[in-house]
Amino acid sequence: MPKLLSRKERETLLDPLFNNNPIALQVLGICSALAVTVRMDMALIMCLAVTCVMTISNVAVSILRHGIPSHIRVIVQLTIIASLVIITDQILEAFVYEISQELSVFVGLIITNCIIMGRAEAFAMQNGPVLSALDGFGNALGYSVILMGVAFFRELFGMGTLFNVPVLHTVADGGWYPTNGLMVLAPAAFFIIGFFIWAIREWKPEQVEAE
Amino acid sequence: MQLSPTAYTFTFAAGVCLVCSILVSTAAVGLRDMQERNRLLNRRQNVLAAAGLIEPGERPMAEEVDVIFDERIVEMAVDMTTGEELPDVDPADYDREAMLRDSDQHRRVSRNPAGVSRIPDHVIIYYVFDEDGVDDGEREFIVFPIEGDGLWSTLYGYLALEADIQTVRGITFHDHEETPGLGGEVDNPSWQARWEGRKVFDEDWEPILEVTQSDVGPPEEDPHRVDGLSGATITARGVHNMIRFWMGDEGFGPVLERLREEEGVIDDA
Repeated sequence: MPKLLSRKERETLLDPLFNNNPIALQVLGICSALAVTVRMDMALIMCLAVTCVMTISNVAVSILRHGIPSHIRVIVQLTIIASLVIITDQILEAFVYEISQELSVFVGLIITNCIIMGRAEAFAMQNGPVLSALDGFGNALGYSVILMGVAFFRELFGMGTLFNVPVLHTVADGGWYPTNGLMVLAPAAFFIIGFFIWAIREWKPEQVEAE
Repeated sequence: MQLSPTAYTFTFAAGVCLVCSILVSTAAVGLRDMQERNRLLNRRQNVLAAAGLIEPGERPMAEEVDVIFDERIVEMAVDMTTGEELPDVDPADYDREAMLRDSDQHRRVSRNPAGVSRIPDHVIIYYVFDEDGVDDGEREFIVFPIEGDGLWSTLYGYLALEADIQTVRGITFHDHEETPGLGGEVDNPSWQARWEGRKVFDEDWEPILEVTQSDVGPPEEDPHRVDGLSGATITARGVHNMIRFWMGDEGFGPVLERLREEEGVIDDA
């Protein structure tokens, strides 16, 4: 069977999932991981938005990389990212209005998501468009895996639902499950991300920093 | 022609800006109609939910919502000072934000716990008619827009009263940024259901409905109190304040008085 992707391409795409996860190993993009992981539907829309922005921005920066004057490169990257984020925000408001209202400022704050700037500067400025697209998509997947995982625990234990479908019958609705108020607050995401990092480092001990 | 490095930098920057601004404005202009339809639909869904014409949490499509609006709802601009109807004002042209910007079209109100500072001269309220429709039916509910400060944000919602201008039919919020799961529970249908049947006013038509953190009985026994939201004291307090404000003299007072006369729930004497 012919390989769809070369070894390097496959690594670029898949490494950010667990081997070099932007949130769990590099501890970037934490701000939005705290804010939008209360419910899985919100987290999913956020992940899709970040995936689109990061992939397209990586490709755009990569195409322009030989033309960008080096002393204005960061502001050029930022202009491209900001434009993409505004367009994404407009699209969300047109097609998934209610969720866009709940995500409110956090879609706009994708502009300041360190992962996206980081990939544009560290990867897309040095590599071709195809590889950059894979890198952007892969890092967005790595971000999404963590976000969806955090949102799973927060929504399940915080509200007894998953994707707004009741799973645990909560006391408020006359059931048995007392919802965990901590889970709907931002600090809960910190704890859960901490557990994730612990689990990933148990599994891949080479990620543990030398003492 | 070879550009100097500085000229090249400026040209490149200008090019990037031009392309980006074209893309952004195309998206904004191209999607504006859809966004405005979404906003209108969202408001209308909330009016219907407050009036109990759709189940809480139900999100009917635009066509369905428009049909219910045509059959059973009259949107009416009212004068906030005199309380009179303004049938000449077309609700479709109503622009609340513009009125709040123009000092000739709003009045300032004294400091109040609801955090409301300006009241537009005209406000759209909704008359909901019974199943015989707007032409033959009786006015069944009246839906008022309300707004006020919560913990993080201003909450915008609707309060529906029955034709006795006293009993709560329902309450919804269509726009707020309270903490999901805590203050955000103002959207929870089971909390909203606790409002139905409560009485807003005392015998002198002063608003006394209270959102409280203590135990509250069913509406027949405990008509003037609503159970608050656990873990969201400030948001619940905000809802309390906005009900008191908008149902009071500075808010919809004159409108409520006219409606009471029309519905014959007070003596003219």
